Amino acid sequence: MNRTQADRGRDVVVQAVGLRKAYGRGRERLPVLDGVDLTLHRGEVLALLGPNGAGKTTTVRILSTLVAPDAGRATVAGFDLVRDAARVRERISLTGQQVAIDLKQTGRENLWMMARLAHLPRRAARARADELLEAFDLTAAAGRQVGTYSGGMRRRLDLAAGLVTRPEVMFLDEPTTGLDPRSRQAMWEVVRDVVAQGTSLFLTTQYLEEADQLADRVALIDGGRVAAEGAPAELKRRVGQVRLELELATTDDAGRVAAALGVPVPEGGADARTVRVATDGTLAGVRELLAGVERTGVAPRRWDLRTPTLDDVFLTLTGHAARTEPRPGTGEPTRHTEEVAA
Amino acid sequence: MTALAIDAVTLAGRGLRLVRRDVDSMITAAVLPVVILLMFTYVFGGALDVGTSYVTYATPGIILLTAGFGAAGTAMAVEQDMSGGMIDRLRSMPVAAGTVLVGHVVASLVKNLLTTAVVFGVAAAIGFRPTAGPLEWLGAVGVLLLFVHAITWSAVLVGVLVRSPDAASGFTFFVMFLPYVSSAFVPVATMPSWMRGFAEHQPVTPVIETVRGLLVGGTPGAPQGDALADGALLAVVWCVGLAVLFAGAATWAFARRR
Repeated sequence: MNRTQADRGRDVVVQAVGLRKAYGRGRERLPVLDGVDLTLHRGEVLALLGPNGAGKTTTVRILSTLVAPDAGRATVAGFDLVRDAARVRERISLTGQQVAIDLKQTGRENLWMMARLAHLPRRAARARADELLEAFDLTAAAGRQVGTYSGGMRRRLDLAAGLVTRPEVMFLDEPTTGLDPRSRQAMWEVVRDVVAQGTSLFLTTQYLEEADQLADRVALIDGGRVAAEGAPAELKRRVGQVRLELELATTDDAGRVAAALGVPVPEGGADARTVRVATDGTLAGVRELLAGVERTGVAPRRWDLRTPTLDDVFLTLTGHAARTEPRPGTGEPTRHTEEVAA
Repeated sequence: MTALAIDAVTLAGRGLRLVRRDVDSMITAAVLPVVILLMFTYVFGGALDVGTSYVTYATPGIILLTAGFGAAGTAMAVEQDMSGGMIDRLRSMPVAAGTVLVGHVVASLVKNLLTTAVVFGVAAAIGFRPTAGPLEWLGAVGVLLLFVHAITWSAVLVGVLVRSPDAASGFTFFVMFLPYVSSAFVPVATMPSWMRGFAEHQPVTPVIETVRGLLVGGTPGAPQGDALADGALLAVVWCVGLAVLFAGAATWAFARRR
């Protein structure tokens, strides 16, 4: 099959239309993807942002040819996922959540093996392994078994292993989950370098900040569907970079403060006395908000500035908390309390 | 080299490196059979009348047990690949499906040749004196390799199917048990009749009898002539048949598991 229409017209490297997938059998059959539409343009970074169970990994597994969708179509690097899986595989790389390197091989051996499996000639494979070790700051550790590496080093090596062939499209499934802040920063640097060299990146993450740092476009995935899409700046503008949180003594006070600040009156439950309002995080902005509170004559018991959680994003952009299962006709949405790393 | 050959050679190299560096399991795979050999020879052997020195009778069986035990480690290695990220990455690359399993099988064959040599060395040190000529040796090693090959594919199948390392290691016990209910340690004629039926017809017995007949032909209990030839044919048929069966099942299960 030749390059498809979508690719011929514009520089589209991933196009998914109506992807559906369910796991399990019979009555226990659980839909995971409920009609996902996505587009990734050449040279672009798209972040699929959502909580655990939203369908991020399933989307990546489908687009990287590991599992076939129940319904829907997708082209990757110009080829149909199902009919031309072999050609898609020559043009992509997948770095999953679980590190795909052998702890009992050295860093160099792991990369060399991957380069050989990508069918680089011996000498080229050796050269490429050394080049990647250098680029990922692993040359000093190249001869050590990976079992002795730190978590951050393993992730870097894993990423390098996915780059032996300079793929057209790279899939990165939650690249920094479980890393400490410093390793996370280092990982972001590495990913930016990779993108700068022309690889289109399809990224999944549960961290709002990560999407903000790396992505040109963010797609919010919620209950097996893309709930909202846009540039991170747009997203942040709507959510607010920082939230001012005010805990009041009574629900009446909370209602008054909320009205004065022009935000929705908090609903019942444990949170009914807490008012949250978006701010740009500057001193002037916060001062103005606090002045507004003062004018009501109500004294908050406590106030706090915090970065938005994934929940805040979903609440603001979709009007409801993030759900882990596709919107069914019945049943309550599952609430998520996953914190977004600051 | 074709792409398929490159994949197979590369992944076999990987398997060998992993096996070589897993020193713990390498030692266990050699030490345990040696302990069993010493125990049977010095603790039980004196009480067992097999018509010849016990070490001469039991060594072929112990060597077989070594091979089977070592192959069981493959179940754990395959399980580790399946539950980790390696298989996903290989599947997203243009790597021929199932070559990663072949890599594990090649590694198992080499590993078992080594551990078997160690056990054989210990047996020789405590009095095992093979009477085999070069051809008999070649035949014995060949039959052993066929046996390891078949057992390894069954271990690969287990590794592909199970969902935890514990379940994979459980396979070891099954493999360890089979030689006991065979002619490995006592002649099957001494077993109760219901067990004898199983012992005589399970695949381990013809393999052991063949190795015994080839290595220590002429000693009491070792088959000779037509009996040896018939046993050898049966052993080869068993090993090849089981290998085909298990390799087919493992490849099929591997392609299906997601």
